[in-house]
Amino acid sequence: MTATVERGAAPVVGIRGLSLTYERGGSRTEVLRNLDLAVHPGEFVAIVGESGVGKSTLLRVIMNLASPSAGTVTIHAPPDDGRAGGGRPESALVFQDARLLPWRSVLDNVTFGLEWRGVSRAERRRRGEAMLALVGLSELAARWPHQLSGGQRQRVSLARALAVEPAVLLMDEPFSALDSFTREGLQDELLRIRAATGRTVLFVTHDIDEAVYLADRVVVLAGQPAGIAAEIRVDTAQPRRRADPVLSAFAHQLRLELSRRSSDL
Amino acid sequence: MTRLTRTALAAAGLAVFLAVWEALPRLGLLNETLVPPPSAIPAAFLREVRSGAWLAAVLSSLSHYLTGLAVGAGLGVGLGILSGMFRLFEDVTAWIVRLLRPIPGLAWVPFAIIWFGVEPAAAVFIIAIGVFWIVFFATQGAIRGVDRDMIEVAQAFGFRSAFARLVKILLPAATPGILVGVRTALGQAWMAVVAAEIFGVYGVGQRMMQASSLLASDIVLVYMLTMAGLYGLIDAGFVALQNWLLRWRA
Repeated sequence: MTATVERGAAPVVGIRGLSLTYERGGSRTEVLRNLDLAVHPGEFVAIVGESGVGKSTLLRVIMNLASPSAGTVTIHAPPDDGRAGGGRPESALVFQDARLLPWRSVLDNVTFGLEWRGVSRAERRRRGEAMLALVGLSELAARWPHQLSGGQRQRVSLARALAVEPAVLLMDEPFSALDSFTREGLQDELLRIRAATGRTVLFVTHDIDEAVYLADRVVVLAGQPAGIAAEIRVDTAQPRRRADPVLSAFAHQLRLELSRRSSDL
Repeated sequence: MTRLTRTALAAAGLAVFLAVWEALPRLGLLNETLVPPPSAIPAAFLREVRSGAWLAAVLSSLSHYLTGLAVGAGLGVGLGILSGMFRLFEDVTAWIVRLLRPIPGLAWVPFAIIWFGVEPAAAVFIIAIGVFWIVFFATQGAIRGVDRDMIEVAQAFGFRSAFARLVKILLPAATPGILVGVRTALGQAWMAVVAAEIFGVYGVGQRMMQASSLLASDIVLVYMLTMAGLYGLIDAGFVALQNWLLRWRA
């Protein structure tokens, strides 16, 4: 699998002037205000922010699971990726809690997003097996989700998202519920898969060290209503070392931005 | 307590029960016509089987049972899904449900006879009504109880139509709850079988009434035990099916 990384080309995700206000029982809560963000082909962007700041809401808007009050979100799939099956989503989400469908085998979970007309059963199976191989779980294809560990479940969830070959892979704090060994293993796994597939990734986390270790660019979401408070390009080549002082410096800078923002409130 | 001891205790309990039952009429404490001893049952059973009456009655009742169950459960699942999925459907039917729900299934017997006559269709109708409400409420509740997070998974992968939501998420997720309702209905339906047939539709219930009018109480007992046996078999079969369908559960 190859993907073209074109700097300066049209962004995969283009967000312009995005605002979102929830109305519940007469009271209005403005969650996001006038947000602009562009994610370019092949880029790995992390969004950090405190819990409840609106990170997940932003992902839901990008997924078209929630409608913005103002502004636009456009997703551009590269024209040459030969996507089959009408109606297939252009983005795919890895949920924080994996959210596998418990009545489906591991393989059938991975192929879930491919069940569109035009994708034959054999093709689904082939793609599903390839994705399971990519996340290193080929031998668990016939298991039920309840038989997997937390880390394995999140790998299957990742394989399920990758299987639809999304223009952008969205990840909503995907490793935050895992123990630290599993988390670090999966972070490296994600970097390996991203290097192998060239996927564009938008990764939400509240873990600054995680953001700095993984991403090409870290965006700070802060405020109430939230907007983009700061942006840092982590211009250190992959593979990175966790203990690299350069990364610590970036993390320190981000912490300063976040604390400055929260004291503004 | 080990499994073995518990089985032994259960067997001992049953043995004592049968012994007391056997002893009471034998010692003349109870009239043998009113309470036939268990030892009289095998002979009565053989007589019924040899005459062909047993098989004919059982087959007839089973056909009422299975048809009524299929009709009632089918409608119950179908309308339960509509009611669980669409608030509008639930709102429109709310008072109709409230009006019809409290009417006991057997209260429909007069209409069953007026509409269908003393025919199998009348028995099927009575059975289906009893089954319907149980399955309807079980399905409605199970569909409504499906975790919203699961529905979001379907939406996140582009399955946004009501039909896709039903097939991909709601139905598989609600299956455990629906099956609980159907299993309850399995027992309820036997009750309705006997009731419907007592009013004259040919089958086990009718045969029992005939035997009772001739004071052939041993034959009545044969059919009572037949129903217990059939129910046990059907329930065991259903549990096996349920375990297979829900093999994905921990």
